[in-house]
Amino acid sequence: MTASERTRAPDTAAADGAPTHCPYCALQCGMTVGGVPVRVTPRQDVPANRGGLCHKGWTAAELLTAADRLTTPLMRARRDAPLEPCTWDEALDRIVAEVTRLQGRHGRDAVGVFGGGGLTNEKAYQLGKFARIALRTAQIDYNGRFCMSSAAAAVNRAFGMDRGLPMPITDLARADAIMVAGGNVAETMPPFMRHLAEMRERGGALIVIDPRRTVTARRADLHLQPTPGTDLALANGMLHLAIQEGLVDEDYIRARTDGFEQVRMSVNAYWPDRVERITGVPAPQMREAVRLLARGRRSLILTARGAEQHARGTDTVTAFINLALALGLPGREGSGYGCLTGQGNGQGGREHGQKADQLPGYRRIDDPAARAHVAAVWGVDPDVIPGPGRSAYELLEALGTEDGPKALLLFGSNPVVSAPRSARVEERLGALEFLAVADFVPSETALRADVVLPTTQWAEESGTVTNLEGRVLRRRRAVDPPPGVRSDLEIIAELAGRLGAPGAWSDDPAEVFEELRAASAGGPADYSGITYERIEAEGGVFWPCPSPDHPGTPRPFLDRFATPDGRARFVPVEHGGAAEGTDEDYPVHLTTGRVLAQYQSGAQTRRVAPLVEAAPEPFVELHPDLAERHGVTDGAMVRVSSRRGAAVVRARLVESIRHDTVFIPFHWAGEGRANLLTNPALDPVSRMPEFKVCAVRIEPIEQSGADQ
Amino acid sequence: MTSLSDRIVVVGNGMAGSRFVTELRARDREVPLTVFGAEPQQPYNRVLLSSVLAGAVGPEQIGLVDPAWYERNDVDARLGVEVVGIDRERRVVHAADGSATEYGTLVLATGSVAFVPPIPGAEEGLPSGASAFRTLEDCRRIVELADRAERAVVVGGGLLGIEAARGLAGRGLEATVLHLAGHLMERQLDPDAGRVLARTLAGLGVRTRVGAAVTALRTETGPDGERRAVGVELADGEFLPGDLVIMACGVRPDVRLAREAGLEVDRGIVVDETLRSVTDPAVRAIGECSQYGDTVYGLVAPAWEQAVVLADLLGGADAAARFTGARQITRLKATGVELAAMGETHHGDDDPEVEVVRFADPARGTYKKVVIRDGRLIGAILLGETGTAGALAQLYDRNAPLPSDRLSLLFPGVNGATVSDSPVRMPDAATVCNCSNVSKGQIRACWERGARTVEDIVRATRASTGCGGCRDTVEGLVAWLREQEPEPEPAPAG
Repeated sequence: MTASERTRAPDTAAADGAPTHCPYCALQCGMTVGGVPVRVTPRQDVPANRGGLCHKGWTAAELLTAADRLTTPLMRARRDAPLEPCTWDEALDRIVAEVTRLQGRHGRDAVGVFGGGGLTNEKAYQLGKFARIALRTAQIDYNGRFCMSSAAAAVNRAFGMDRGLPMPITDLARADAIMVAGGNVAETMPPFMRHLAEMRERGGALIVIDPRRTVTARRADLHLQPTPGTDLALANGMLHLAIQEGLVDEDYIRARTDGFEQVRMSVNAYWPDRVERITGVPAPQMREAVRLLARGRRSLILTARGAEQHARGTDTVTAFINLALALGLPGREGSGYGCLTGQGNGQGGREHGQKADQLPGYRRIDDPAARAHVAAVWGVDPDVIPGPGRSAYELLEALGTEDGPKALLLFGSNPVVSAPRSARVEERLGALEFLAVADFVPSETALRADVVLPTTQWAEESGTVTNLEGRVLRRRRAVDPPPGVRSDLEIIAELAGRLGAPGAWSDDPAEVFEELRAASAGGPADYSGITYERIEAEGGVFWPCPSPDHPGTPRPFLDRFATPDGRARFVPVEHGGAAEGTDEDYPVHLTTGRVLAQYQSGAQTRRVAPLVEAAPEPFVELHPDLAERHGVTDGAMVRVSSRRGAAVVRARLVESIRHDTVFIPFHWAGEGRANLLTNPALDPVSRMPEFKVCAVRIEPIEQSGADQ
Repeated sequence: MTSLSDRIVVVGNGMAGSRFVTELRARDREVPLTVFGAEPQQPYNRVLLSSVLAGAVGPEQIGLVDPAWYERNDVDARLGVEVVGIDRERRVVHAADGSATEYGTLVLATGSVAFVPPIPGAEEGLPSGASAFRTLEDCRRIVELADRAERAVVVGGGLLGIEAARGLAGRGLEATVLHLAGHLMERQLDPDAGRVLARTLAGLGVRTRVGAAVTALRTETGPDGERRAVGVELADGEFLPGDLVIMACGVRPDVRLAREAGLEVDRGIVVDETLRSVTDPAVRAIGECSQYGDTVYGLVAPAWEQAVVLADLLGGADAAARFTGARQITRLKATGVELAAMGETHHGDDDPEVEVVRFADPARGTYKKVVIRDGRLIGAILLGETGTAGALAQLYDRNAPLPSDRLSLLFPGVNGATVSDSPVRMPDAATVCNCSNVSKGQIRACWERGARTVEDIVRATRASTGCGGCRDTVEGLVAWLREQEPEPEPAPAG
């Protein structure tokens, strides 16, 4: 019963606890965790945060003592029976019985797996392996599809390899200009702002593209405020201006890229006043942004979810990459294009096989050589490994349907809150014959499960994560988990054993990491030269790192891009606008996003008292003029409706948002869920849903008391 | 006999025609498609001709469709082949190369031609040294002439004339614009704006004369027998010398083929909201050669809207697509002159029907005006500084309700100016540190509990430990709190 992980003593290298990293975003701020009661202290030795932490980080220890922490498995006898405590054996036996029954009746793909970008590399790897050779199902994907997939697809297309930031974060402070498209880092990863602030102190310019004048935009030298859904046109328009003003780097384009002539021609159709009319951004601002980016040797263009979570997200990112390439930025020290990864292990989580089309090491699952390599590591015949499966939303949409999965095993995700058109997702979960959820708190999704497995969390377990820089870091076990819980690795190993799966199934992170190294060897995301010892000694190691004596790769692309011929690719892309435009019935754009004191679906942060105090409930931000026209006053309850549902939220009147747009953060469950409204129109390449723009109408709720 | 072809034949490969072809192929990869273009090169962006003239981009860099695209997309492209006749009865298009092409649907996108007034010297074609400014070929010719010329006379002070004159001044020529009306760009601008524009242009080396009627183009015949332009004559008898004369007197829809084919033509080919000729359901017309209602749309944006509507209809993407008119926004493309104009701009301050908001600073070249009726924008001029042009364009396009703060229509950034973060004026409830959710009140309370340095405050409240952006504010608060102390602290810590 007691596994290796739980018998090991807490890893207390420092006097005040174990040096580890924050449980939340991809910045993975360094912190020391320990003491009684458990305290968090920021680490000075981690470049990402250099002693800084945000409200979420400071209060992270409260997660360890969440009042409703799950410590015993739960099970319901029938779909309509309540969840009741049970033993681990009962819970695991039930899962195995249901999996066996449903796969026997409907085939292997009758069982699906849904993972998360917060899982460690070891877990993400093991979950992918579990799906492919224990369950032998093709039906696995993860919530990172809602997060990083558009940027990943665009970057792979242009550079041949997807590493969020192709440089150490410390390069940012030395930049001459940085443009952030669709990112509110001052709220989503506050210590990141220190790097931008240092850049500005040294004379560098910060440019922010956002439909809202966010906290980040207020700190910028230049804020471009486009209509939601028009970033692609804006980027094409900026490239048009760069060409007109003679700012493109023709030598670089000749030496290091292909395809510019077609892009040059395509952006001929994006002359300034046309783009101004599409985006609402004044042409002089576009011109100034381009000039700022072109004025120095070191400039960066960064995109985040605001630019990426669109039905044309891949093309939108491509438009920004085209601009960066034309200015000669990528593959130069201190310059380039980067994507700001969101989830804690959003980078590593997309590399090791929990994605429907992928095997460890960022290999393609339809590549015979990749299958052969990974099959050899797993000790199976390559034919055992299934082909590509459905992408996240398509997987959720297929649950309980004729040819879709009848059972789902879910780890580290809360799609009832985080998936688009979430009422529909609830309906699909309800149509399953069996749902098992592994989590450490009773999330909204866990509460709908037939079996709930209580897991260890963040500071109670060890493993590795790969932060937004592509730097592989160690999470260390700082405190003992409560009795009764198990790690995800233990759960996977137990289930694999009971299912009679081939191969070895360790529950020790260090052993799993050794296997991951071998499986990733030779792939684009090659971890084979990385060891726990090296990570510790070197303060993290940048992948690719193909051998123990390889120094790691802080700045890929300096000599060549990872494409077959080493050259970066320009790809022409065309503006199409939002999948759902505004009309008479739904006249206002809705965009969604985050607030500082909450994280993702809120399953964790809504259990931390100071964060709840800071951000207690969902709200809709709207301009006073728009509010006045709809009879909405500040603080009043408002019904926001789209073609997919309605949410009830409190109005917050701000002048920092466009007149034609409202904003709702998506961290809350219940009737204020932003994702009741969002549009699951999918990007054709990345299968990213269009979270960032849909059409809504707003109505005040009469204070009759009859409502609710 | 009527053709049974389902081929779509497009006549004209300019802005409207080329856009339609690419939009249609994006929707229907199968339908047989032929496009005729009278100009020999790939279609190009006419909007950028002024940039070519100004020397910002090369003439070879303004293409819109890669010639290889046609082959890849199975489009029969006849570039440099002029269509000479349409046989509507047999549904056949006859071209100058002798070919006859059957069509199921004919799309006319013949655009327009430069209008050259019938004055002496210009009647039998323009002489050497003179040019219209309409096509890439015109543009190439002007650029070549400009290399040798010293003094340019531009006849016509509309959009294109001004852009041409500015471009030529930028190339070092002495440039004069002669304009018949009482002020420049009189269709888009009110007289005050026209005067400010003239002043701005003067500062850029472009002289302008309004109320100037050109009566003749004077030519000389050189020793080689070539007739050359040497200047223009004005109605008052004055002679204005110029070794480069640009005729920028507007354009006329090119409706010759349509008229000869018996289609109803007013100023343009008359179409309904499906862009179908009212005479022949097999013929459609888009762009500057077509007329919907009373309007011939002379700008690119409406032409492209028509191209999309027609591609939706003919490509089967949206049978309900309709063109019901478009709003036109003019933007001058001349280095050093920012100008956007839209809608009805001529209303005066005394017009009771409308609300006019104006700002004028002629000495600095700024003139801004918005005209509002029933709370909606019906016209605007932004000259000199166009920071709100994007916002105004969208409000005008969508006929959207205007912000209550009218000033924000003229000046960017006045809307929602940030509140002062001076410690004195900040309320206690104001958040100082977003990252750690610390209010001014909490910092004050911390001070009152005995913290006396920034470090003490930071340690106790965690203010400024996230993004670090409020560090200055925290320091300011501490300094202010120290000033508020009744007596100086005997021995402050730290």
